[in-house]
Amino acid sequence: MTAQQPVVEMRSITKRFLNVAANKGVSFRLYPGEICALLGENGAGKTTLMNILFGYYACDEGEVFIKGEQVDLTCPKDAICRGVGMIHQHFALVPSQSVLENVIIGTDTGKGLFLDLKAAKEKLRQIQRRFRLQLDPEAKIWTLSVGEQQKVEILKALYRDVDILIMDEPTAVLSPGETEDLFRTLESLVQEGRSIVFISHKLHEVMSISDRIMVLRAGEVVAEKKTKETTLRELANLMVGRELLERLDKKTLQQGEPVLEIENLHALNDKKLPVLKNIGLCVRRNEVLGLAGVSGNGQRELAEILFGIREATQGTVKINGRRLRLGSPMSAIRLGMGRIPEDRIETGLLMDLTVEENLILENHVSPGFQRRGLLDFKKIRRFSEDLIRAYDIKTAGPQAEAKSLSGGNLQKVMLARELAGKPAVLVASQPTRGLDVGATEYVHQRILEERERGAAVLLISEDLDEIFALSDRIAVLYEGEVMGEALVEEASREQIGLWMSGVRKE
Amino acid sequence: MRLRIVKREPLPGWARIVIPIAAVAATLILSAVPILIAGGELWKSYFYLFYGALGTRFNLLETFVKASPLILTGLAVAFAFRAKFWNIGAEGQLLAGALTATVLGISLKTMPSALVLPTVIAAGFLAGGLWAFLPAILKTKLKVDDVVSTLLLNYVMIHIMGALLFGPLQQPGSSWPRSSEIIAAAKYPILMPRSRFHLGILIAVLAVAVIWFINNKTTFGYQNKAVGVNLRAARFGGIHTNTVILWTALISGGLAGLAGVGELCALQYRLIMDLSPGYGYSGIVIAMLGNLHPVGVLFSALFFSIIIVGAQTMSRMTGVPVYIAEVIQGMALMIMLVFLLFTEYRLKVVRK
Repeated sequence: MTAQQPVVEMRSITKRFLNVAANKGVSFRLYPGEICALLGENGAGKTTLMNILFGYYACDEGEVFIKGEQVDLTCPKDAICRGVGMIHQHFALVPSQSVLENVIIGTDTGKGLFLDLKAAKEKLRQIQRRFRLQLDPEAKIWTLSVGEQQKVEILKALYRDVDILIMDEPTAVLSPGETEDLFRTLESLVQEGRSIVFISHKLHEVMSISDRIMVLRAGEVVAEKKTKETTLRELANLMVGRELLERLDKKTLQQGEPVLEIENLHALNDKKLPVLKNIGLCVRRNEVLGLAGVSGNGQRELAEILFGIREATQGTVKINGRRLRLGSPMSAIRLGMGRIPEDRIETGLLMDLTVEENLILENHVSPGFQRRGLLDFKKIRRFSEDLIRAYDIKTAGPQAEAKSLSGGNLQKVMLARELAGKPAVLVASQPTRGLDVGATEYVHQRILEERERGAAVLLISEDLDEIFALSDRIAVLYEGEVMGEALVEEASREQIGLWMSGVRKE
Repeated sequence: MRLRIVKREPLPGWARIVIPIAAVAATLILSAVPILIAGGELWKSYFYLFYGALGTRFNLLETFVKASPLILTGLAVAFAFRAKFWNIGAEGQLLAGALTATVLGISLKTMPSALVLPTVIAAGFLAGGLWAFLPAILKTKLKVDDVVSTLLLNYVMIHIMGALLFGPLQQPGSSWPRSSEIIAAAKYPILMPRSRFHLGILIAVLAVAVIWFINNKTTFGYQNKAVGVNLRAARFGGIHTNTVILWTALISGGLAGLAGVGELCALQYRLIMDLSPGYGYSGIVIAMLGNLHPVGVLFSALFFSIIIVGAQTMSRMTGVPVYIAEVIQGMALMIMLVFLLFTEYRLKVVRK
């Protein structure tokens, strides 16, 4: 493969943001027909490098060659013209329009002012057949699952004859089944000689899909390996630059009395369809209950009800025997619930405010931080500095804006705020989604510390490794129902997997 | 060669002060174009623009007189926008305040005179506040778009005022749509002899300090900011977001109402149809130019009143029409918006 001419070559790329180098002299090559993975923690510079190739950023130093020709890309359109496509983590689709309409946006379809939808549809159909990307071209985007929306993005790229496809953390939003589908699609693309850059920090996926792996750390290339010639452990060490703890230290604890009790809970989703049916769960002191399941089976709604930001149609939730007022975030806070939402940026944090303003969000009205409506900045500062130290939050200081922090540090801010009050219950929804190895490990340890302290932890996660590593008991949510529950010692992965796909033991 | 707009790295904090100043400077430079087109001599025009606003004691004090309603409407808009309550209705709220002040100013004849003015001011504040409270209820309860409802309520208020001025409020014996004069006890005291420098100017400056204090020192100011930054996260964090929006609307409308009270009780003494030459709308521009910061609002309102007052003298001395003031105001808004755009993006020259 290396004998071939690379389709992309980037030579000593340097990119600085306000004097902070996101890429330092990075060189990168991509060959035809290969999947090259860019592996690294959050903030390692993977996405920045690819945004340069996609014409989204200009590099400060270095040269870019596409198909042997030196280029000076000024916008994504330039890149697309040269056959480079990029699918970002957040899709750029119009929800109210159909698949076909989204695919042809921005292309010249038809003559003059008139659209030729028929021809466009035929072309789309051909592409779909060739790559087995089944989707109704007339379906509206909002009716599609995240996995299907990603297919639309891939179709968009293929429709534009893209032969170099960059995918930024494509599996972050997918269920395990959808990930399998995606991998099959990617394989069929490279079989046709197209090339793919796969940005990820998930080691398993990188190992199973890529031909070659480039590891970035702090903006620099630390290693380049053929996938066949490396191991998970080696990659993990390269990525974080230190030996990872092999196993979490989960102490054997005697579980106490019930703390969080959910009974007979029913709810509707945003489209007013039943999404939770008769949910009954109980979490005890010193216990982690892992709620597994493929996302989209009611996890988000269940978490939102517990957080107080969604109403239920029926049912009760109690903390230490006291009833939670559903639909009131304050009630959850007052009864002692620590809450980690899955979308920390949209729901949990105020990105334009400072770190300290984020830390006091839930208790800025408590007597500790205000007197007669006036904020006590001295106390707030001391409180924030203590938390920044205790949680090892990497920030310029309590007055730095939240948006200046990396993903892992934002989650630390979230944890610090939610755990500062020593909650009786911790509800954590996908707490490590989008985090790198180091930050994930940190979150896991914190959750186990809470368990040891005596909290009842409800861990909602799609990541089975995480569920098995942290839980005392595992329950599975499928189509809004609890399919089954088992102690972790007695649960087999196979059984959990069957429950996750809706198969109940007869 | 082509120009492209590309995203830029975030600017450091000082940019927030430098950008409005640069926008004002750019406005003044670019104003040369309409001034020249209008046939004015450039340096002479600029001289009289500033001399007319600042050159004599009387003119200087007039500039403050003009700034008073602009500061209050600018604050009203800025405070609402901070919570992303899009109050485009400061004009109507101003008129609500003026109307209430008129009714009370005419009818409170038997009240002890020391109590009249405080009553009028408080009632004017409340009336303006209620006129903003209404769309805020619609927004929080029924999710009615606040831009549309606040804007349309301006016209509702103008027509209510018209109906009253041609009806029960019309001065007996007058054929004009104007009310009777308010009683002496309801008039704002003049603070400087031989000028119109009145209590309302003090109230406006005090309001700047109060809003600054609320924004920076109080839990409510924190909540107002949190709601504006991320409504969902604010709610998640236990803030009663609807309550915050309602109170924000009340205060915002109240400030605009005070502007109306000032115009009525300090300058006109009677309600007329064209009490406000669009102070409520200017407030939007002033709030934007002031970056929604109360001190920024104070300075941008002063800039606007300099232009408005100075343009009169400039017009008299050079023949450039007085409407140039409005052209300059419009330019200031456009330039500020462009400058704000360039805080996030920059131009890049592409050779092709």
